[in-house]
Amino acid sequence: MARIKSPSDLVKLRRKILGKRDPNKPCITICSGTGCQAYASEKVVAAFVDEIKRQGLEKEVDIRRTGCHGFCEKGPLTVIYPEEICYLQVEPKDVPEIVSQTVVENKIIDRLIYTDPLTNERIIHESEIPFYKNQSRLIFGNNRRIDPRSIEDYIALGGYSAVAKALFEMTPEQIIETVKRSGLRGRGGAGFPTGLKWEFCRNAPGDSKYVIINCDEGDPGAYMDRSLFEGNPHSVLEGALIGAYAIGAREGYIYVRQEYPIAVENVAIAIEQAKNYGLLGADILGSGFDFDIYMHRGGGAFVSGEETALIAALEGRVGEPRQRPPYPATSGLWDKPTNINNVETWANVPFIINNGAEWYSALGTEKSKGTKIFSLVGKVNNTGLIEVPMGITLREIVYNIGGGIRGGKKFKAVQTGGPSGGCIPESLIDLPIDFEKLTEVGSMMGSGGMIVMDEDTCMVDVARYFLSFLSEESCGKCTPCREGLKHMLAVLNRIIEGNGREGDIELLEELSEVIADASLCALGGTAPNPVLTTLKYFRDEYEAHIKERRCPAKSCKPLVTYYIQPDKCQACLICLRNCPVDAIYGDKGLVHWIDQEKCIKCGICLDVCPPRFNAVVKLSGEPVPAPVPEKKVMRKKVGR
Amino acid sequence: MKTITLEMDGKKIKAKEGMTLLEAARKLGIEIPTLCYHEQVVPYGGCRICSVEIIRDGRSRVVAACVSPVEEGLIVKTDSPRVIKIRRMLIEFMLAVAPRTKVIEDLAAQYGVEGTRFEAEANLCILCGLCMRYCAEVKKANAIGFAGRGISRQIVFLPEIAAKTCMSCRECFPICPTAKIPRETDGVCFLDLTVDDFLSRQGK
Repeated sequence: MARIKSPSDLVKLRRKILGKRDPNKPCITICSGTGCQAYASEKVVAAFVDEIKRQGLEKEVDIRRTGCHGFCEKGPLTVIYPEEICYLQVEPKDVPEIVSQTVVENKIIDRLIYTDPLTNERIIHESEIPFYKNQSRLIFGNNRRIDPRSIEDYIALGGYSAVAKALFEMTPEQIIETVKRSGLRGRGGAGFPTGLKWEFCRNAPGDSKYVIINCDEGDPGAYMDRSLFEGNPHSVLEGALIGAYAIGAREGYIYVRQEYPIAVENVAIAIEQAKNYGLLGADILGSGFDFDIYMHRGGGAFVSGEETALIAALEGRVGEPRQRPPYPATSGLWDKPTNINNVETWANVPFIINNGAEWYSALGTEKSKGTKIFSLVGKVNNTGLIEVPMGITLREIVYNIGGGIRGGKKFKAVQTGGPSGGCIPESLIDLPIDFEKLTEVGSMMGSGGMIVMDEDTCMVDVARYFLSFLSEESCGKCTPCREGLKHMLAVLNRIIEGNGREGDIELLEELSEVIADASLCALGGTAPNPVLTTLKYFRDEYEAHIKERRCPAKSCKPLVTYYIQPDKCQACLICLRNCPVDAIYGDKGLVHWIDQEKCIKCGICLDVCPPRFNAVVKLSGEPVPAPVPEKKVMRKKVGR
Repeated sequence: MKTITLEMDGKKIKAKEGMTLLEAARKLGIEIPTLCYHEQVVPYGGCRICSVEIIRDGRSRVVAACVSPVEEGLIVKTDSPRVIKIRRMLIEFMLAVAPRTKVIEDLAAQYGVEGTRFEAEANLCILCGLCMRYCAEVKKANAIGFAGRGISRQIVFLPEIAAKTCMSCRECFPICPTAKIPRETDGVCFLDLTVDDFLSRQGK
């Protein structure tokens, strides 16, 4: 490939790429994001390659491995263009049929398309599936249209035109002004205005400056930065190039988790390709601007996502935060002015440069502009990665995009903002989602984790889970975070074990206040949030655990007992045979009963009891009725 | 060097640019307790016992005085109720880890903390990192390090280096605020120990 020496060269290259492509030529795209790869999408790709070869269609049909489409629940996803026919949960055995029926004869295979669980409507086109239809996929949407390992695919979509515009038509000050006016705020957690951050760094004295791409995403259940970087690495690199030019940096670093192998691989390929085209390195596009970027693989510490800890880790030290000021904008990597932005923030930049600040700031709410990518997981029907405009309500996310709660259960809460975020209860389901509103209710935007919980979730246990995550991920440098979280976790553990004491709630509150106040960095500063929000909205659950030894969600094992209702048991022997510790007694015709001493509360009896009997129940906070051995079964008429 | 004017505990004071709040306070005779601070090593901001409240542009927050620079117009409160509350809780944490140690007991007495509500392994180490930082920064020996993260963090002597260097040095002994190091090593020399000996002495 020849170097691109000017913006007009870039335009020519784009025309050349497009000129070789026939938009009407069938193209089979297979999602190769992390979620789909876990469902063996690579085998599906191999099957398509073989089948196309076998049917002699290599010249007529293209195959493309794309980035993550987001609907990971239904992976592996295959979309066939130009019709945009979307097949879900495709397996290698489906491939010959897809090629001969759909690709060759243009027939739809009914069993592979999306069926709306509510309306039973069959939906052929990807963009019409409710999960996608209700989103605004500005940043994430191109993932499905490109092969992340092909810079040509990115250039064909207009990629790197924002860099050309920034370098040749704008001054660094104009770029910063544009980003400021756009209202873009950092997507990594704190929501600091991006343009302002750039300006601080630009104005900081010093000849060498750095930009850093933060891909140390570590929230449990969150994988949007990973999927964006894997699926469209050039969009992130392009954003960083523009930022570097605006700030006056000639070198950049990518801090990416070692545990993200596909991201590491795709980004390395992307850097290589961009260098070969002269989009990285010396004299980019003939502008005289030089910029190089290097990748650093992180060791997998959650706290290294914090700016000062990340810098320490990049410098080869232990990833521990230090007090700010000085801020990285004035003294960052190797004490030089440094600007760190998260993957998603950088990916927003080319759109803002191409379309203008006004276009961008028209999206979203008063103080939170643009879109946000969330990882929607938990007890919803459609889990996956979603991108929505700021200001959308939780209800729209959970019901219109998420398809409601699994198994017809009742919605209880949404946990947003990662481990340091908070739980938002059902009463606030119409809350518009933006930085301010989430903070107002005690949670936060964070990097965009969104975990949906149903009535079976115990909120004390949720708080305990996040506290246990944070106590392990705390670096341990400062006393309030290290010791305080350890003691909070101990209190929560004894509450869910049924050993809660009078005054424990107040103790948790007291600890929370000190930890939030006195900790060195934001990890400790926000760590009590899961406890504080669950106390705020679900205090009664804490009280039930402590005062009544009762878990209202019947989820905390030590507070739950399993009981077979004698009037419902039909003595089918199923639970008795499946009990792993032989704790169930009874016989044919004799009501079964559980020996509570032997029971290990695994819940298998409840799972295997036929739904038409529904004899096994969980009890919490009430005495278990004494068993009635030798009781004859009360036959009931069933199923007629 | 620029002179900076700020307010500390209601008094207008002048300080040199680059000074920390702790240094400025000590110059003024205001006592702020410290545990992980030592004149010979770079301030660390780990123990947080030197927490003070600052008000900047009308907004209040808590910072560690040992790592926070003086700033023009800053209002500093070194003993506000918020600060006292934090210190009392931190003392409770440390009483659980390092009971019956003079420095912690003195602090507890000073702040009226009668006991601790928390349970922890009383291994005496409050993880201030002074021994490690002194060893690295002053002695350039790097015989001590942190192992583990979060609640499992601990101080370890690196056997290969410690066996050769520690006993001829012993300078971290008097620095350890809870006197853990001399107590645990029982005055036994690290010198002439093999790596295996050393590990068995550390109870590994």
